[in-house]
Amino acid sequence: MEAWVAPWLVGLPLAGALGNGLAGGRLGKRGTALVACLSVLAAFLLAVQAARGLLPAEVPAVRWVGVEWVAVGDLRVLWTLQLDRLSVLLALVVTGVGFLIHVYSVGYMADDPDYARYFTYLNLFTASMLLLVLAGNLLVLFVGWELVGLCSYLLIGFWFERPAAAAAGRKAFVVNRVGDAAFLLGLCLLFTLLGTLDFREMANLLRDGGTLRGHPGLAVAALLLFCGATGKSAQLPLYSWLPDAMEGPTPVSALIHAATMVTAGVFLVGRLWPVFEAAGQVLHWVVAPVGALTALFAATVAVVQHDLKRVLAYSTISQLGYMFLALGVQAPPAAFFHLTTHAFFKALLFLAAGSVMHALHGQIDLRRLGGVGRAMPLTFLGFVVGALSLSGIPPLAGFWSKEEILGAAYAGSPALWAAAVATAFVTAYYATRATVLAFLGPARDPSAHPHEAPPVMAWPMAVLGGLAVLGGFLGAQWVGAPFHKYLDPVFGGHGEHAADPWTAVMGVAVASAGVAVGAWVHRGGREPHLGALRGVLEGQWGLEALYDRLVVRPGRALARLLAESVDARGIDAAASTLAAAVARAGGAVRTWQTGNVRQYAAGVLAGAVVVFAYWVLR
Amino acid sequence: MTVPPQAYLVLSAALFTLGTVGVLVRRTALILFMSIELMLNAVNLAFVTLARVHGHLGGQLAVFFVLVVAAVEVVVGLSILVHIFRTRDTVDVDEIDLLRG
Repeated sequence: MEAWVAPWLVGLPLAGALGNGLAGGRLGKRGTALVACLSVLAAFLLAVQAARGLLPAEVPAVRWVGVEWVAVGDLRVLWTLQLDRLSVLLALVVTGVGFLIHVYSVGYMADDPDYARYFTYLNLFTASMLLLVLAGNLLVLFVGWELVGLCSYLLIGFWFERPAAAAAGRKAFVVNRVGDAAFLLGLCLLFTLLGTLDFREMANLLRDGGTLRGHPGLAVAALLLFCGATGKSAQLPLYSWLPDAMEGPTPVSALIHAATMVTAGVFLVGRLWPVFEAAGQVLHWVVAPVGALTALFAATVAVVQHDLKRVLAYSTISQLGYMFLALGVQAPPAAFFHLTTHAFFKALLFLAAGSVMHALHGQIDLRRLGGVGRAMPLTFLGFVVGALSLSGIPPLAGFWSKEEILGAAYAGSPALWAAAVATAFVTAYYATRATVLAFLGPARDPSAHPHEAPPVMAWPMAVLGGLAVLGGFLGAQWVGAPFHKYLDPVFGGHGEHAADPWTAVMGVAVASAGVAVGAWVHRGGREPHLGALRGVLEGQWGLEALYDRLVVRPGRALARLLAESVDARGIDAAASTLAAAVARAGGAVRTWQTGNVRQYAAGVLAGAVVVFAYWVLR
Repeated sequence: MTVPPQAYLVLSAALFTLGTVGVLVRRTALILFMSIELMLNAVNLAFVTLARVHGHLGGQLAVFFVLVVAAVEVVVGLSILVHIFRTRDTVDVDEIDLLRG
């Protein structure tokens, strides 16, 4: 396979973004949509080509080396792109799901006046995400990392005239800054230790028997980089921006805040697997517990959300927790398998939710929906498939990947496994609750007249539905688990997973119980009171109040203090004192300017006399 | 009989002083201009005298420049003066003090 594929993969969506950004107004809606969708489709075809090129077992990673970017002292950074099995897998997900969501957006955004701006951002996001996954060194990855953060900000705040959307975009940006600061520190520390940022050189240095294995600095670097990952992937404690991010258009939530960008943290750990593996117990003591805790925490919070999209947002946080749990128990292929299936079924769920919103003029409140399924059978079917897949009901895609994570967690530690199983139950419960409340039962808003989605929105849902049903077989043992075989060279040795029938049966039983309990509790659109528990869950186990007291209010108080004392009495006062002094000095000498020509002449004469006297007398 | 160069220089200095005093004590703009002309020509006389004494043409050359500049200055100055007279009905320089600070 040729290395030229890599820059084209990034370049095509970027060209689409440039075209729509510069000439979008003149292309018309049809032209804009064509440019946007075709550029991503072309990138997808290239990614397929790249994946096929890497299929033969002996093909190593292909690298494209661009121009030199940074050369300072020992630090030499090139624009390097890398096509290996991991990056190509992510590129396939990004461009494949991305293309479907681009097509869906054509229908969803059809009435929006800022059509061209929307597709410009969406293409820019695709290009940035591809730069992130194809990066050949950590600094290029960081560029992609920041660019997807920017696109996320722009798209969350796409309807910036709504104060809530603008605030949500700002929150996402600020919370991500915290993680990114840690990322940057980790990057610097890693360079100090290893003397390189190149992934291949890093892997070579940290190979078995390398002198740096188990170095405490490496553990610190891994921790800092994991902090960056928690920011981007909305894990505890930096999760709070993702639910608010639902202010953006729904296709954006599907693409960026469910299928692709939020998985960048998982990808980062996978890409730096040699570092994390050599860093001692970081995976075991930090990554796995954080993942398990986040999974359980977010799932419980999702139970009491009234906003359908927020249910899905907490669900995404929870599922990302599963992925980190899998990474933490040394089962990266399971994490990436779940990443892939999650991209299918969560994008499907979001697109179905978007279809409901589209039909009901933005109505998304579970207390006011109900009975929508009768008018929108296809959307209903899509949502049910997505919800069952999310719950882990066989043979849907989510079952295969979740079962594998449960098995790996069981092998890792009983506590982690217990948390994962509890999460599986709660997941099945809230997925069923959302389905029942939105699509079944009596219609609670008689004025609403839902209609089925137009074909341009229905087809992407149908394709994703097919993937959410069939995608899991890629990892099924009895078809040879082609997915894991494909990733085997990347994580060498961690490819095989101990198939434990007992954990699989347990997982399915728990998920079925969750579905059954959810269906029974919420039959006919009922909503139990829950008493004090509801308050606890709605307050995110007190974390919301804690953040408010620990970060938001001190931050505001500090800002006010600085504004009132330092700014008003310090900086402003200094400036106005200086200005007043200059004005007084001017006032003192202005009387010299009499306007009398003869006085000026006398002055000139006196000056001339002084100069002349100096010459003569010196 | 030749007049010694010192005499020319003394005359030049006397004319320059006259012009200076004129500029300082008179208030009519026209007289001011005439006094300035007097000063310029006093300098011209000194230039020519010294050019002759040193046998060097530089001084005479400078005189041409001074003459041209003086002519230009008078043209511009008088036109300004005419405008001032039209708007303010006076050529008394003590009353023309718009630029007072």
